[in-house]
Amino acid sequence: MPRTIPENSVGIVTPQRLHFDEPLMLRSGKSIASYDLMVETYGMLNAARSNAILICHALSGDHHAAGYHSETDAKPGWWDNCIGPGKPIDTNKFFVVCLNNLGGCAGSTGPTSMNPETGTWYGPDFPVVTVRDWVNSQARLMDRLGISQWAAIIGGSLGGMQVMRWSISYPERLRHAIMIAVAPKLSAQNIAFNEVARQSITADPHFHNGRYLEHGTYPKKGVMLARMVGHITYLSDSAMRDKFGKNAEELPSDAIKSNFGRDMRTGKLSFGLDVDFQVESYLHYQGERFSERFDANTYLLMTKALDYFDPTVDYDGDLSKAFENSQCRFLLMSFSSDWRFPPERTREIVDALLKARKPVSYLEIDADQGHDAFLLPVPRYMQALTTYLARVSDEVNA
Amino acid sequence: MRADLDIIQHWIAPGSRVLDLGCGDGSLLEYLKRTKGVSDTGLEIDERKIHACLEKGVNVLQQDLNKSLTNFCDKSFDTVLLTQTLQAVSYPDVLMDEMLRIGRNVIVTFPNFGNWRSRWYLTFKGRMPVSNFMPYQWYDTPNIHFCTVRDFDALCRERQINVITRTVVDHKHQGSWMIRLWPNLLGETAIYHLSR
Repeated sequence: MPRTIPENSVGIVTPQRLHFDEPLMLRSGKSIASYDLMVETYGMLNAARSNAILICHALSGDHHAAGYHSETDAKPGWWDNCIGPGKPIDTNKFFVVCLNNLGGCAGSTGPTSMNPETGTWYGPDFPVVTVRDWVNSQARLMDRLGISQWAAIIGGSLGGMQVMRWSISYPERLRHAIMIAVAPKLSAQNIAFNEVARQSITADPHFHNGRYLEHGTYPKKGVMLARMVGHITYLSDSAMRDKFGKNAEELPSDAIKSNFGRDMRTGKLSFGLDVDFQVESYLHYQGERFSERFDANTYLLMTKALDYFDPTVDYDGDLSKAFENSQCRFLLMSFSSDWRFPPERTREIVDALLKARKPVSYLEIDADQGHDAFLLPVPRYMQALTTYLARVSDEVNA
Repeated sequence: MRADLDIIQHWIAPGSRVLDLGCGDGSLLEYLKRTKGVSDTGLEIDERKIHACLEKGVNVLQQDLNKSLTNFCDKSFDTVLLTQTLQAVSYPDVLMDEMLRIGRNVIVTFPNFGNWRSRWYLTFKGRMPVSNFMPYQWYDTPNIHFCTVRDFDALCRERQINVITRTVVDHKHQGSWMIRLWPNLLGETAIYHLSR
């Protein structure tokens, strides 16, 4: 039976694969001779071609940000709560563009694509791509779409880093930069978690130095483990307590009642190595599901892109110098319980913008959900986006 | 527009950089941006007021001016504003120093506690003044550092703050010859233009 698509959804969407023939020079010194980008768009470009918004995805995202690919899809795109008619990123007002970044595994050229030079999968030979390389490829996409200036570029987490890079590399090509739950660069702790994730993948016996496709296998356990570690850092302690904190009255009558905030699976301890607590099976499930859709080499590339991100490298380590030529207005938002990119990290960017004398607004949203909050419909966050973008629409749709 | 704001706008140069500490709903910055083309930054902690700033297109930072302003560089703004907020901050003297560090000049407005109404209330009722202008009880008031015009003049002298202009007005925000003669007795709102 066909599902009913909600009225405020962009509905059924069809991604496009765009091919680019001009070689793309990468930050590493390598280059990609030609490549594909998977792209989805929502809404209509206005006559002045001034109402386009670019959405930059984070570590595990892709081009499918909103709507459904078919009537039987169980879930909509990853940011459907924010993109659609009447939603904060209002597709009645804006032409919204989202792409799968290079090195991804959702259709854009990446490790699971065929390498024309070898006739087999790129696998581990796919060059390390950086945020700067992604932004350069996004600028080419922009040219292809006939857009000379984005009304806004929006991204959370690693997506926010792309927004930052846009404002530095292409200052005249965006009006508004909206960065959510972002940091100017990773901390040692952030990199440490990424390294654990990478080690868990590369240590999987099915990894075969990244050539698992040629071996007809997949490092599923490693990817699961990587995702489990990552997932813990996306949630806050209190978010986990809420998720796994049933009241004692809700538990079976023979259950141990002392498990508030860390629900047991059966209410009884196994006194073995089986799963005792709900959070364990939750993490297993999350890891399992992720490992079914995500490529291990892509995961390694994405974490490297995060680790390498540092817009100050060309500016003597001074972030305010990096922003010197920026021409857009900035909106930054952080979440109180985010310990991956906590508010003080976002404020480092705000302070650099102040020092560079750039127009900036900053909100610290009270939210319990940790880093994940940037993907959730937190009311104050949604309201701020709605209000800010309504003004952007007035500017570009006048 | 509040009448004290009408007075201070004349002290703000077109195209200048203005920082409004405790900017509220952003009305003043929006007005200054529209009429004088200033580049605006406001500080606010109240969520609803921050939202109102976004609605007006005013640049607003969620930051508590009681905590620290060290993220603002020396002389990075032409004018730093503090309107009707001085009496509610934790360390008014420290804040004054910070404002004079960040701004080339500073505009401060505050309610004058030396006004005859406050004196009358305290003298004859023997209780902390409550009025339309200061509608709080002593225990729930955000105004923890009331001062008089004379107190503020003394602070400026002690801290070597240069008073460019001092205007003291009544509740209709008009200055008469009587107020000029007895500002600390008759004035309700004090408006200072300062530098260092």
